[in-house]
Parts: sequence; C-alpha cells; structure tokens
Amino acid sequence: MATQPDFGKELERLEAIVRQLETPDLDLDQALKLFEEGVERLRSARDRLNAAQAKVKQVLSDHAGTLKVDDLDG
Amino acid sequence: MDRPVDMFGAVAPDGAWSVSAVNRRAKAAIEQTLEPMWVEGEMTGLKDFGGNLYFSLRDSLSQLRCVMFRDDARRLPAHPTEGMKVYAFGRATIYEKRGEYQLNVTRLMSTEAGGLFRIAFEKAKAALAKDGILDRPRRQIPPYPRWIAVVTSVDGAALRDILKVASQRWPVAQIAVIDTRVQGEGAVDEVVRALQVISKLTKVDVAIVGRGGGSKEDLQVFNEERVARAVAAVPVPVISAVGHETDVTLCDLVADHRAATPTDAARLATPDRAEVQSDLEHLGARLARGLEHRTTRMEERLARMTDGLLRGVDRRLESLTYRLSVVSGRLDALSPLGTFARGFAVPRDGTGRVLRRMADFHPGDPFDLRVVDGTIKAQVRKNDGN
Repeated sequence: MATQPDFGKELERLEAIVRQLETPDLDLDQALKLFEEGVERLRSARDRLNAAQAKVKQVLSDHAGTLKVDDLDG
Repeated sequence: MDRPVDMFGAVAPDGAWSVSAVNRRAKAAIEQTLEPMWVEGEMTGLKDFGGNLYFSLRDSLSQLRCVMFRDDARRLPAHPTEGMKVYAFGRATIYEKRGEYQLNVTRLMSTEAGGLFRIAFEKAKAALAKDGILDRPRRQIPPYPRWIAVVTSVDGAALRDILKVASQRWPVAQIAVIDTRVQGEGAVDEVVRALQVISKLTKVDVAIVGRGGGSKEDLQVFNEERVARAVAAVPVPVISAVGHETDVTLCDLVADHRAATPTDAARLATPDRAEVQSDLEHLGARLARGLEHRTTRMEERLARMTDGLLRGVDRRLESLTYRLSVVSGRLDALSPLGTFARGFAVPRDGTGRVLRRMADFHPGDPFDLRVVDGTIKAQVRKNDGN
C-alpha cells in the first residue's frame, strides 16, 4: 500500500505554524521562515484536496493466508 | 411386582412427616434436579392478579402451571394474551403453601417475534457482557483517515453506498474492500476471517463492517457471538452498519460506533472535503494576518532605523497596512514580496539572521540584501554609529 502524509498531522503542523506566527514576540526571520513553510504546506494540502481521487482496492487472501491487493473492478 | 414398602424406615426422626416438611423436601428435590430452562408452549388460563400473571403452558399432551411475578411481568414489552405461543424462561418449583408444582417464569417472549433468534441473541449478549466486551471503552474515529477497510460483500448495495459517499466526501482516503459473504452457510466463518485480515493491513485507520437491509434470518450472521468477538478484536476503530435503522445487532453493540445504514457509516468514517477546505482557507487567512502583523512591525522598525529619512512616511505606512489587510484573506497575493516590491529590503547575515540595528553592521562585514527579485551580496563600507 502506498504511503502518503497523514492529513491530520499536516493540519496540526499548519495550525502550530499559525499559532507561532500569532505570538507577539516572534523574531522576524523566524516569522519569515514560518510563513514560507506555512504557505508551502497550505498549498500542498490544498492541491491534495483538489486533486484527490479515492482509490478502491480489494484485499484478496489465498489459501495460505497471503494477502494481495488488487484494484477493485467496477 | 410391587416391592414392599418399608413403612417404618420412611418415618421422620420424631415421628410422621409434617405436610410442610414434605413440600419443603419436594421443592428442594425439584429445584436441585431441574435447572432453570426455556419452555415452549401455548398460554392458557391467563389471569392477572395485581400485576402477577398466572397461567398454564400446554402442548398436545400436558400442562404446566406457571406464575410470573409483578417485577418480571412489568418488563414485558406487551401484555401476553390467551392462546399465545411463547417461550418462557423459569425455574420449576413447588409452591409450598399449596403444594402446587409450578414454573416461576422470569422471561417471556412470543415465538412469533423472532423468539428463537432472540434467545440466541440474549445468550450471546450475556456471554459477551461477562467478558467485558460490551462495555469496553469505545475508540475515536480518526478525523482524516488514509485507509478505510470495508468488510462486506462486493456484490452488495451496502458497498456501493459506502464507496459513493466516502469517495465524494473524502477522496483523499483509499479504500480497502475485504469481500465476504454476509448471509447463508459459511458466512460466519468468512466474516470472521475478513475481520481478521484487517489486523494485517497496517495502514488502516478505521474499518466499516456491515451489509444492507434484509430479513431477520439474513442479518443473523451479525448476531453471532463469534462475529461480535471478531469485531471487538479488530485493532482499529470499527463502525458497524447492519441493515436499517431499526435493526440492532450484536455486532452493533460491540463495535466502537454504530451507523444506522452503510451510507451513514461512510459519513461517520470521513470528514467532508468542503469543510476541510474551508478550514484550510481559515488557516491561510490567519497565516496571512500573522505575517501582516509581522510585516507592519518590520516596517516600523525600518522606519525607526532610518530615522528622519522616512519621516512623513506615516501616510504611506497606513496605506500599506490597509492594503495588507485587504489582501490578508487572499493568501496568494500575500507574501513578503509585496513589501519588497514597494522598495523595502531586508539585510541578513550569512546565517539568515535579520540585521535590524546600526550595531548589527560592522565595517567590512558581508551581508545579504533581500530585494524584490533576488538577493544581493553586500558589504558594510562605513558605519558612523558603530
């Protein structure tokens, strides 16, 4: 099965960035770095949401109990 | 061939038996011999005295006197009627005062309302309760699942509904379908095996098990104790969706969440993409505001650093701040580049630290000057304040 980043973790990181950016005594260079990271993560999360297309697989198991993952027809 | 009775051997220690002693002994003998049991029969001679029900159960050969006391009788979903065919659960005993043999009934159900299924259901439920499976803590469904496992028949309407709703709401997720027969011979084994497969799929975040509506017999698989135990053993949160709203199966009682229908199960398992998108936009706006705040302060600092040179810049700053607030909701328009484009530059040292004050600049030191379209390698020539 393919790995993909955990959406929840991405959102958590994004929220943490925003919260940090909202603290009043943050360094300017820190703020710039955070903003850049935030923009990048936001863009990738948006892209993922917009482009996402659910994949449906069927899990088959043979007599020995070995599992195989196939595309589900239909 | 009658054996002679030893009349005096049967005498009580202090003479003849009293009536009550006989009844007491008979009662003890019956209660020790006959375990509490389910009895099937037809109700006859039904009478209600102050909430206590008196009746007989009969079949073609015999009758059995029964009493159901008020505390048990009032738990019945409906008042039983004369001639009703029932299953009665009770303990055979003797009512000592009258020396009458009877069944003390504690549970009563019509054979028509799925009586036998009901008995099997209650039995399995009691066994699960005894092992603490019914009241184990329920697990939360993860808010943004990556893999959703679905245990059902690939030919069923349930799968179509689940796939439709899940892929509409949360296309980010991938769905692993584990095909199984959901009714008929061998279905119990298959469902149990399919549930066990989930534990081998390491990436699954949440599982849905179920089927569409059907008759009581059709749904029976999901009332099997073995299936319920297999549901409890799944290592990720399980949503049970069996039949329609009104069908509550053992599987539903054991699962972490019960959905009224397969469609509802898919809804429970997934966030709504549109809502997540709006959450993202909200975060984007906060991100922009955070930077806006920062940029305003940066401008103030720059203004302070350049002191008199930028006197009179207030109006411009105001307009900058206004523009920033206008675009703060539109992230793409918002980047420090906008500020740079208006002629501001940020000096940074080799480590990326922003050089803010006179004291940060030492004659001869190299530094990077970030302007709108790139970075210039610069060097401090002279610093009068240093």
